[in-house]
Amino acid sequence: MNIKILLFGRLTDLLGQSVLHMEDVADTDTLSRRLSGQYPGLAQINYQIAVNQEIIHGNKLLTDGVTVALMPPFSGG
Amino acid sequence: MEIKGKERYARQMILKGFGPAGQQKLYKAKVLVIGAGGLGCPILQYLAAAGVGTLGIVDHDTVELSNLHRQILYSVADVGRLKADCAAEKLSLFNPDIEIISYPLQLSNQNAALIMSKFDIVIDGSDNFPTRYMVNDACALLNLPLVYGALSESEGQVAVFNVSDANGRKVNYRDIFPHPPQPGEVLNCAEAGVLGVLPGIIGTMQAAEAIKLISGVGEALINQMLIYNLYTSHTYKINLTAAEAEENIVPPDLDAFMETDYNWFCGFRTAASEVQELSAGEFREIMLDEDYEIIDVRELAELPLAPFDHIRVPLSEIRKKVPAIEKDKVVLFCHSGVRSIIAGELLLEKYPAKEFYSLKGGILRLN
Repeated sequence: MNIKILLFGRLTDLLGQSVLHMEDVADTDTLSRRLSGQYPGLAQINYQIAVNQEIIHGNKLLTDGVTVALMPPFSGG
Repeated sequence: MEIKGKERYARQMILKGFGPAGQQKLYKAKVLVIGAGGLGCPILQYLAAAGVGTLGIVDHDTVELSNLHRQILYSVADVGRLKADCAAEKLSLFNPDIEIISYPLQLSNQNAALIMSKFDIVIDGSDNFPTRYMVNDACALLNLPLVYGALSESEGQVAVFNVSDANGRKVNYRDIFPHPPQPGEVLNCAEAGVLGVLPGIIGTMQAAEAIKLISGVGEALINQMLIYNLYTSHTYKINLTAAEAEENIVPPDLDAFMETDYNWFCGFRTAASEVQELSAGEFREIMLDEDYEIIDVRELAELPLAPFDHIRVPLSEIRKKVPAIEKDKVVLFCHSGVRSIIAGELLLEKYPAKEFYSLKGGILRLN
């Protein structure tokens, strides 16, 4: 099982890349926890999650081959 | 209603699907633009050019030299002038056949509904979260279409809120971002920097969304958010759905809206802060006093470098781990004076016996 993770905004700087891959992650809550464990700065950042280009609300089960996007809010204008 | 100066719109009036009917709809439309900055300038210029009949401009700020690389309505001679008045004057010369209304004031929960209710569509070109949540809530309560746009360094987001799709579903900003970030967590253009063309592109996309909504041509970004990356030229579209009712907490009515403190909601506690603010003059005196520790809380790559003795501990580090501070009096500074207050409040919790000061207006004020 392979999940592709797209990063946006400041998350790209924080994780040092714009695309990540992760194996065997059951749902989006697990994914967030695992990423925060690897990148401690991430735990303090607000972001919204989309799975296969659909925004999610709450925890969502992940299946092989899905693309998860992590999007922080932007304020600049 | 006869369109004045029709000839200037000839090229869009012959466009298939738009035609004279589309032009008539633009001429009857009333559009309010929040912010006449990086996003606001191209939004206003293209909507005035397209022949939107009434344009409102809200901005309390004045033109600065460092605005000109992206805020292309203004010139060097305009530095110091109110942006709303200056923009209104230039747009009136550019298209004298439309009505332009200037609101050179700070939009607040007290005046927002009154101003917005005079318009059909609102476009958000603001540069901070309290204003973005406030504009979103007012539009949701007044049932006004909102064209959202925002930037972060090399990326931009665009979306259309409060417009029902074919299934009668609509969303707003709180359905995507129910919880505002903490102050200093997301940097704005003044703090993180931006290439001038990015607000040009995103603002022009917002103007295009407004034109599509008004005229009915094409498909507006209803219930979708588009993310554009200037460096990679990638675009990514997300389909949006409404959050659970308990997650999306738009105030229930206008009375509740007027009682909502949007600065407080977004974590700004500066009014009651125990971190005392210093003027540039006071800061210069203290700079030479060895009893004070001076700390730059900007992130490590941020410029300009401070030309005086100091140590550098970024706010992001302070959030993770309490730094060791030797002296009992501590002066904090950052780019514009927001993050230094937050850092002061965080440090005060750990060092209640020390005195914390913040340079008001940040390092920008020292020049």
